[in-house]
Amino acid sequence: MVMYEKTAEYFGQKYKDLPEGHLLVNLGPSHPATHGILQNVIQIDGERVVEAESVIGYVHRCFEKLGERYDYNQFLVCTDRMNYVSTPLNNIGWILTVEKMMQIDVPARVTYVRMIISELSRLMDHIICNGVMGVDLGAFSGFLHLFHHRENIYQILEKLTGARLTTTFCRVGGMERDIYPDFQKEIKIITKGIKPALDEFEELLIRNKIFNERTAGIGGISAEDAIAYGFSGPNLRAAGVPWDVRKDTPYMLYDKVDFDVPVGEDGSALHRTLVRMEEMRQCIRIIEQLIDGIPEGPYHADLPHSFLPPKDKVYNNMEELIYHFKIIMHGIKVPPGEYYHATEAANGELGFYVVSEGEKTPWRVHVRRPCFWYYQAFPQMVKGGLLADTIATMSSLNVIAGELDC
Amino acid sequence: MKESIQAYLESHFSNFLLPGRDINTNLPYFCIKPEGIVPVAKALKEHHEFQFQYLNDLTAVDWLGKLEPRFEIVYLLRSPKNKHFRIQLRTPVEEGESVPSLVEVFVGANWPEREVFDLFGIPFANHPRMERILMPDNFIGHPLRKDYPLEGPGQDYLIENLLTIHTNEDISQ
Repeated sequence: MVMYEKTAEYFGQKYKDLPEGHLLVNLGPSHPATHGILQNVIQIDGERVVEAESVIGYVHRCFEKLGERYDYNQFLVCTDRMNYVSTPLNNIGWILTVEKMMQIDVPARVTYVRMIISELSRLMDHIICNGVMGVDLGAFSGFLHLFHHRENIYQILEKLTGARLTTTFCRVGGMERDIYPDFQKEIKIITKGIKPALDEFEELLIRNKIFNERTAGIGGISAEDAIAYGFSGPNLRAAGVPWDVRKDTPYMLYDKVDFDVPVGEDGSALHRTLVRMEEMRQCIRIIEQLIDGIPEGPYHADLPHSFLPPKDKVYNNMEELIYHFKIIMHGIKVPPGEYYHATEAANGELGFYVVSEGEKTPWRVHVRRPCFWYYQAFPQMVKGGLLADTIATMSSLNVIAGELDC
Repeated sequence: MKESIQAYLESHFSNFLLPGRDINTNLPYFCIKPEGIVPVAKALKEHHEFQFQYLNDLTAVDWLGKLEPRFEIVYLLRSPKNKHFRIQLRTPVEEGESVPSLVEVFVGANWPEREVFDLFGIPFANHPRMERILMPDNFIGHPLRKDYPLEGPGQDYLIENLLTIHTNEDISQ
């Protein structure tokens, strides 16, 4: 077992007197079922899990320290690498925080596009989670079936931002560039195609008897425990708690659109999958309400002091050249103060806590990432179950190592 | 809401309440002495009207060179009953002091407190396992402290240490 000395000593002490017949199994840090670099040390008696413990930190890059080095637009690049399955959601969460601190109102066009991209990213994230969940349990076709549609969303992001994975979507005050002409048309094609695909996926995987029996009642958590552990997002809603940041403390235009918050019952792996399944349909519902109403207008607020001017003007006009230089060299001016802003990311409440001293860089950046809070309940959720069920539990929790370690 | 919480804390926990600083923030906040954080959080959680059941966030700020005492632990509580109203509890801590752990009130404080210990070096008393969580065990220093260098060659010796990590086949023996 590969481990740091002190951690190994801890586990050595803890499992010093392993009862006869008990076995210590090491899942990870590089295990196909963990989808990222994280480790679980599991004590089993036959097939039963007696004790489990997680070791994390393998992907820790200390973005909070980097946040004290980078200026407000540069830190956007770090948010790309947090939840790398749905990057635009992190980007938008960060940009909204900075805009709220600077009290910037962005044009309606920007908010519409941000919301559409948010929901597309949520769709993308849930496709991965539910698809990979099937793969971990031995069903490959559902994953491939939906992945085709995820690829279409990626192509939209590629056209919109120039990148597939690390999108760096949005800038403080607006977007980097305007949407391309066929944006609405292509998204309509996607939403039209994905609806029947979701139904087929549900028939193929979720109504499958084997899948049902592998996941029903597995890795459950009660509503009280989920709240106590700081759960949020689909995992909390699967336990029967109807909290959603989009409904509770609305941001952007989420109080203006109609959507339901799906709720599960026992917080088991099956209910988490079902909640994500229904959330995907609600994503499409939100997109359909917005896609035709994207207003005309500028793609950024009128902020010469904080929004980089277009390159052709920088090369030809004196004033824009000065602003470009000022923004690059001195950064944007955020007033001294503190701000906590929460958005509903794919895994739950993604909060940014920023302390500004009025300088180029923040004094302190803290990211409240949903994975980090709910993953600490993992040992409790798998205790008493079968070893094979820990895989189902971990997949259905959607633990993203980049977000967990930050 | 803020006024009623202020009145409640002043009437019941005036010995733990510290005078507030002037902070430009979007959250109502209360400065609490370290020894009072557990009873105050517990009272706010169990109060029939406030019901701050949800520990939303837990982190720390290093005010090196700006404020005394140096650190501040920042707790964020949310009351689902009152339209998900959020408040902040701020606890000043001096270098080398410890803060009582909130795990007995909110189980979820476990990992965030370990994270604060790991990155700031602020220990929490009565915590079930006060050890590093994100950084390697053999890491020297606490990266989020302001006096930890932002740039430089880094900890070269660490790479050598990493090559000699524990590789016992079975750690139970």
